[in-house]
Amino acid sequence: MSRRRRQAQSVMMISMTYAAAAIATLPLLLILLHLLREGAAFIRPGFFTEMPMPVGEDGGGMANAIVGTLILVGVASVIGLPIGIGAGMYLAERRGAPFATAVRFLSDVLNGLPSIVLGIFAWEFLVRPFGGFSAMAGGLALGAMMIPLVTRTTEEMIRLVPVSLREAALALGYTRWRTSMTIVLRTALPGIVTGALVAIARIAGETAPLLFTALGNQFWSTSLDEPIAALPLQIFSYAISPYDTAHAQAWAGALVLIAIVLVISLIARYATRSRFGLGGD
Amino acid sequence: MSASVARTDASSAPGVAAAVEARKFSFWYGEKQALFDIELSIPSNGITALIGPSGCGKSTFLRSVNRMNETLTDIRREGDMLLHGKDIYGSGVDVVDLRSRVGMVFQRSNPFPKSIYANTAYGPRINRGLRGRALDEVVEVSLRRAALWDEVKDRLGTNALGLSGGQQQRLCIARALANEPEVLLLDEPASALDPVATQRIEELLFELKSQLTIVIVTHNLQQAGRLSDRTAFFYLGRLVEVGPTDVMFTRPREERTEAYITGRFG
Repeated sequence: MSRRRRQAQSVMMISMTYAAAAIATLPLLLILLHLLREGAAFIRPGFFTEMPMPVGEDGGGMANAIVGTLILVGVASVIGLPIGIGAGMYLAERRGAPFATAVRFLSDVLNGLPSIVLGIFAWEFLVRPFGGFSAMAGGLALGAMMIPLVTRTTEEMIRLVPVSLREAALALGYTRWRTSMTIVLRTALPGIVTGALVAIARIAGETAPLLFTALGNQFWSTSLDEPIAALPLQIFSYAISPYDTAHAQAWAGALVLIAIVLVISLIARYATRSRFGLGGD
Repeated sequence: MSASVARTDASSAPGVAAAVEARKFSFWYGEKQALFDIELSIPSNGITALIGPSGCGKSTFLRSVNRMNETLTDIRREGDMLLHGKDIYGSGVDVVDLRSRVGMVFQRSNPFPKSIYANTAYGPRINRGLRGRALDEVVEVSLRRAALWDEVKDRLGTNALGLSGGQQQRLCIARALANEPEVLLLDEPASALDPVATQRIEELLFELKSQLTIVIVTHNLQQAGRLSDRTAFFYLGRLVEVGPTDVMFTRPREERTEAYITGRFG
């Protein structure tokens, strides 16, 4: 009897974890389905090449917002990736040092900081003193968001590199920094690339830090010292407008944004898998 | 006591060149003293085996010869460690240069996740700046010396992690040899290998010993007996006895040595 009961318990627990796993993916599935239903009809070639029409009018595209998002993500990456990866390497190498412990703690705090707070901060220090909203300020705000994300994943990935590999390089007469740069960084690279792409995907969809920095722009601009359009901002402004066509545009923009994030995630997957990395033999 | 043993040992007599010589060498991990006043002289060429129960300090001693212990924090040492008569802890000594002269092979094979060629070329490429043909040559010679060439010559570009455990360990030996070291330190190099792979490593070391000073830490007493010319027995951080291997295994001076070798403790 007790054997039966154990089996029944086991089946029940396993079904519950299955159910939890299914529910975990449910929000994403619902969002995707809804976006496809509402937005797919508006996705046409012109959506990627045309400028937005004045709110309330039909047609038009989001060319400026798509390019704007790419520029913002580019600026953020130029700032966030080198600093984040460098800081992550430092944390991994100097694990117990007081400064490392402090940096690790602070980057965890920064990670948990609401992005709207970061946006206000960026406005105070990057927008106001320089007399206006700009793509540069937006990119810097997004870059600041990236730094703690990249720092922590880089640290984790470098820690996964076996000590024996580091010792092997040191025993061959490699200096500490050369060991870090060649062996340790190279071995951890697939994981670091994945972490970087996940961070990029994450900031590509951020709206709050951009509200006070990049501001958004109805016109074509690729200049770093002008306000610039961005997909999340465009979606936001269309979504709060009272017109049905604008709402449809917002859905379509959201679909494009999700597609961009999805593509980045897929690249991240591929980057991890195609190289020989940790774990497997 | 241990000091007097080392001094009466014939090979440390003046005039005989010692490849490695420890003089009252002591070592601490934090508060814990791991080595006590080690007096040990390792002659050029030939194989010296360091034996003793776990935690006796033999690996610590080995890792003091190429200063690998310095990668840890909170360590301290006293006394001298000489490499061909020069103190390796001296102020003018470049640790990077030292480690290219004193190669090391670890307990678990640790090839880089790169090609067989890249693994072997690692040292000479940086330490001697070799490129192209000259580098190819060093790679081939090193792989031949490590008795691996015939097995890998057709797949030098493939990932070293695809090799078997024994091959990986021989690759690690080839990688160390490519630096043309004066001394090769091996820390239980065969303990994770099957008997066949172990035998290949032993044959290889036997081949190398005429050109190279080899110091091997081993838990396998038969291995020490088969392989080494001289054996040093460590116990609780002290060097109990050192001498020619056949003497150590048949009529050791110290009772503790005999007890360990005959399996009564350890």
